[in-house]
Amino acid sequence: MSLTVNTVATLRDAAYALNDRARYLGGGTLLMRAVNYGDQAFDTIVRSRETDRTIRSEGQGIRIGAGATMTDLLASRDAEALHPVARVIGGPAVRNMATVGGNLFAAPPYGDLATAFLALDATVQMADGQSMPMESFLSARARSRGLVAAVMVPRTGPQEFRFAKVTRIKPKGVSMMSIAARLPGAGGSLGDVRLAFGTMGPMPLRAKAAEQALRGRSLTEDGIREALRVCCDGLQPGTDELASEWYRREVAPVHLKRLLLGRGR
Amino acid sequence: MMPKTPLSFTLNGSETALFVDPGANLLDTLRRGAGDLTPKLGCAQGTCGACTVLIDGEPHLSCLTLAETVEGRDIATTGGLADGPDLHPLQQAFMEGFAAQCGFCTAGMLMAAKALLDRRPNPSRDEVIEAIGGNLCRCTGYEPIVDAILTAAARMQGRSA
Ligand SMILES: Cc1cc2nc3c(=O)[nH]c(=O)nc-3n(C[C@H](O)[C@H](O)[C@H](O)COP(=O)(O)OP(=O)(O)OC[C@H]3O[C@@H](n4cnc5c(N)ncnc54)[C@H](O)[C@@H]3O)c2cc1C
Ligand code: FES
Ligand code: FES
Repeated sequence: MSLTVNTVATLRDAAYALNDRARYLGGGTLLMRAVNYGDQAFDTIVRSRETDRTIRSEGQGIRIGAGATMTDLLASRDAEALHPVARVIGGPAVRNMATVGGNLFAAPPYGDLATAFLALDATVQMADGQSMPMESFLSARARSRGLVAAVMVPRTGPQEFRFAKVTRIKPKGVSMMSIAARLPGAGGSLGDVRLAFGTMGPMPLRAKAAEQALRGRSLTEDGIREALRVCCDGLQPGTDELASEWYRREVAPVHLKRLLLGRGR
Repeated sequence: MMPKTPLSFTLNGSETALFVDPGANLLDTLRRGAGDLTPKLGCAQGTCGACTVLIDGEPHLSCLTLAETVEGRDIATTGGLADGPDLHPLQQAFMEGFAAQCGFCTAGMLMAAKALLDRRPNPSRDEVIEAIGGNLCRCTGYEPIVDAILTAAARMQGRSA
């Protein structure tokens, strides 16, 4: 089957050109893999000459253009809280190509940045002006045919945000799981905690029971015990070549404990 | 049949113009279109790094780059490293240090290393390891490659390694 590349001048035109059989080209690290391997789910690539790679402070947070790459994030002071995430995605060439927009659609074992966005309570801005919480976006992404314009991330101090990527290949490897936590009040009594797991389901998921169990508690062995016990509630880990479902459930509390108590990575 | 698209870019300093099929990747375009066989096809999915080239000085995976996106841009491959009969210091150090065995990863390693040295002429060992973190080698065990890159860096700076 032949493929068409529809090159348009603006992001607005790109949004109009998308349909069920068309895919927008971000950095291409996943889309071009699909092309190279003859994926028949689409027959058109929509490419826009205009891209939005800007990262800037806006209101109470930062706005990240969907076309920003991992390298762009690493070069931005505004995006400092996200540096530990961007740094562990692929090697330098992947980071030069991989975009923020594409990461929101990346199936497991990918989507580390989307996991972080979920914990940070980010909002997705679509090109048609619609705006939605990351959680709703991720749960409906398989049906989404819209163009993502930007991600809005509420400002978070680097101390309030923690991220761990658990891999089986060092120093580089894809996630066996990733964990992102927003921990307001981490020094004392925890406030509105948000905890997200990547590669523990078909899309990044929140561990809501554990979030609840952490509220008002402190980051001590005692304070986190209940959260560790319930951390897999609501997650849907699968079995793949990296780990079995059983193994993922067994080690999730171990890695969460290390993250919360700040021991190792 | 879908029409081909005209494409022009600079390849190792020379203007290059050709036609590409819709969806063609840059690796295929360089190898089959431009006749530059130095970037290698290892996996076509981003995992091996054998196809690494520099686009406007930055490393990219040519197998995952839609060819049409390099219109007007500057592409550098290992094919452009040597100056006539004189090898680039990286090539020389790879040869002397047995950093190439079967050689399949070498062209990608060299471009990843060149991107690093262009930006940081005096890198630490950890920075070298990070720079080639997306490039797989099945033969050398990596140490000779890291050593060769550090040796080349030192020579280019007029230091001994
Ligand atoms: C070797 C290798 C290692 C990797 N390691 C990691 C890793 O450690 N962690 C990780 O999270 N990912 C990893 N990835 C996966 C991938 O590179 C990233 O998830 C990346 O962010 C995807 O972005 P992209 O711009 O390349 O997406 P593309 O391939 O361009 O697009 C992916 C999908 O998203 C859609 N899309 C892209 N942008 C938009 C938009 N603005 N609006 C609507 N739809 C859009 C596309 O149509 C396509 O369906 C790796 C990939 C490779 C090849
Ligand atoms: S051929 Fe491009 S990364 Fe392997
Ligand atoms: S020398 Fe053989 S793969 Fe590196």
